[in-house]
Amino acid sequence: MTGKDRLIYFLAWSCALVTTTVVCGLLGFIAWQGGAVLGPALFFGDAPAWPAISGQVPVWDGIWPACVGTLVLVLLAASLALPFGLGCGLYLAILAKGRKKAFCSLCINQLAGTPSIVMGLFGFAMILFLRRTFVPGANTCLLLAGVCLAVLILPYIVRATQNAVEAIPLTQRLIGPSLGLTLWQNMVYSILPQASRGILGGVILAVGRAAEDTAVILLTGVVANAGLPRGVLGPFEALPFTIYYLAAEYRSQSELQTGFGACLELLILTALLFVSARWIQRKIENTWY
Amino acid sequence: MHFSETFSRMLLYTAAIVSLACVMAVFAFLVYFAWPVLAGGEWKDLLSLNWRPFQGHYGILPMILGSMYLTVLAMLVACPLAAGVCLFCSGLGPGPAAGAVKALVRFMSGIPTVVYGFVAAFTLVPFLRSHFSGSTGYCLLAAGLILGFLILPTIVLIGLSALERVDQELSLTCSALGLSRVQSLIHVIFPAAWPGLLAAVLLGFARAVGDTLIALMLAGNAPQLPGSLFDSIRTLTAHIALVVATDSQSQAYRSVFAAGCLLFFIAAAVNITVFRVQQKFGGLSRDG
Repeated sequence: MTGKDRLIYFLAWSCALVTTTVVCGLLGFIAWQGGAVLGPALFFGDAPAWPAISGQVPVWDGIWPACVGTLVLVLLAASLALPFGLGCGLYLAILAKGRKKAFCSLCINQLAGTPSIVMGLFGFAMILFLRRTFVPGANTCLLLAGVCLAVLILPYIVRATQNAVEAIPLTQRLIGPSLGLTLWQNMVYSILPQASRGILGGVILAVGRAAEDTAVILLTGVVANAGLPRGVLGPFEALPFTIYYLAAEYRSQSELQTGFGACLELLILTALLFVSARWIQRKIENTWY
Repeated sequence: MHFSETFSRMLLYTAAIVSLACVMAVFAFLVYFAWPVLAGGEWKDLLSLNWRPFQGHYGILPMILGSMYLTVLAMLVACPLAAGVCLFCSGLGPGPAAGAVKALVRFMSGIPTVVYGFVAAFTLVPFLRSHFSGSTGYCLLAAGLILGFLILPTIVLIGLSALERVDQELSLTCSALGLSRVQSLIHVIFPAAWPGLLAAVLLGFARAVGDTLIALMLAGNAPQLPGSLFDSIRTLTAHIALVVATDSQSQAYRSVFAAGCLLFFIAAAVNITVFRVQQKFGGLSRDG
């Protein structure tokens, strides 16, 4: 082995070690700081647990309203994006050809590449536009944030659907048409069941993306102390924003600890989503190959 | 039956058209609100170093330069590191360790940005503050280091998928020529995979330019030209977040939409370049 070879081995090892150390340090630090406060008090503060969960007692010091806000937001975004994402992905995989397909994928990639703050700005612009034209009293709200997040995760769902359908071996994909099924029957009884795992994995990843994004909701109606969301046209709290807010505005050591607790909570949530998505997708690879 | 065929086609077309309409709508809204600035003579004022909204100066040049400095710094951190990790994962590390590092990098892509920001604000920032006098710790360097780690998984995963494809074609040839693993990686496989590696670097770049939270939480947000790595900067993305959050006058809003347009165009430029490279040199996987 020459000296140059050794140098390159050394560089590769050190880069891998640095990356591993940083990530493990990060995770360990959060587990250490956040683990200390993980418990009912982190979620509900001084309020009793069961009445707080059902919303009878307001929660002041806990992150429960932020958890519910994130959950509602993510469900809203996913249910808005799913039908269009599925349809567009199926269109790209089955119907589109040539230039149309290239143009469509270019647009989807552009949507995926647009920074999330620009997506938030888009939502803010919609509100300004509505104020000038139809609804003078329009304000940023849960629905707006849901719509913007849906646009943000739409390309992920499209790509996941397209990849999952295109990954089905050609012989399997041709079964439907060869039996004389119509396009609809082919999609519902043949293509979608075979691609369902890949699509599900992609959707879960998209949900994780929606749960962690902060820039979009920052411009579309998240506030620090809204309590449980009261309707789709009202303000709301969300976990990532709580973390951002506490980093800048914490007033006491216990609030800082709450911030670490919220970090751990968000990290566990996204890690669970991520691992389950990988597990589901790993299973498809085993099925086809 | 004929009806059902048309109906299902219509459904798919509608979904595709709605998705395309989203892109157009984002673009149209940004341009609509930025147009008064871009069409009038105000863009000259916009491209000045003066950001004093209360005196009527809305220059966003410091933010453009801030975004540029930060992105370059993050790329300087991420690219060498990514190259090393790619080498490690494509044969220089022992098999199980390479697999573990790859899984770790995949997992990194799932760590929320705000978590990176939060942890760095209470570890890296106090460290910089206590070790370098005259700095608050919220500076270009802190944001650049963390942003580098944030974009690392993008570059590594896209790069690795390109390397693996080339490796499948060429590894046998390399072995037949008697090249060592290091020689074949450095002299054959990396050069042969350049379109994919270029795409990886470009997409990492786009991710770095577009990121908001790291800059907002760690860079200090002073609209100024940085004199050193320990000075505070403000990026375009953080600028948008700050101005919209503080609810300034409508003139300030317009400058924000101009910043949004600029970010959209940067994303478009990267996207089209990657698309061209992809078309010319065969399929690259964008999601590793």
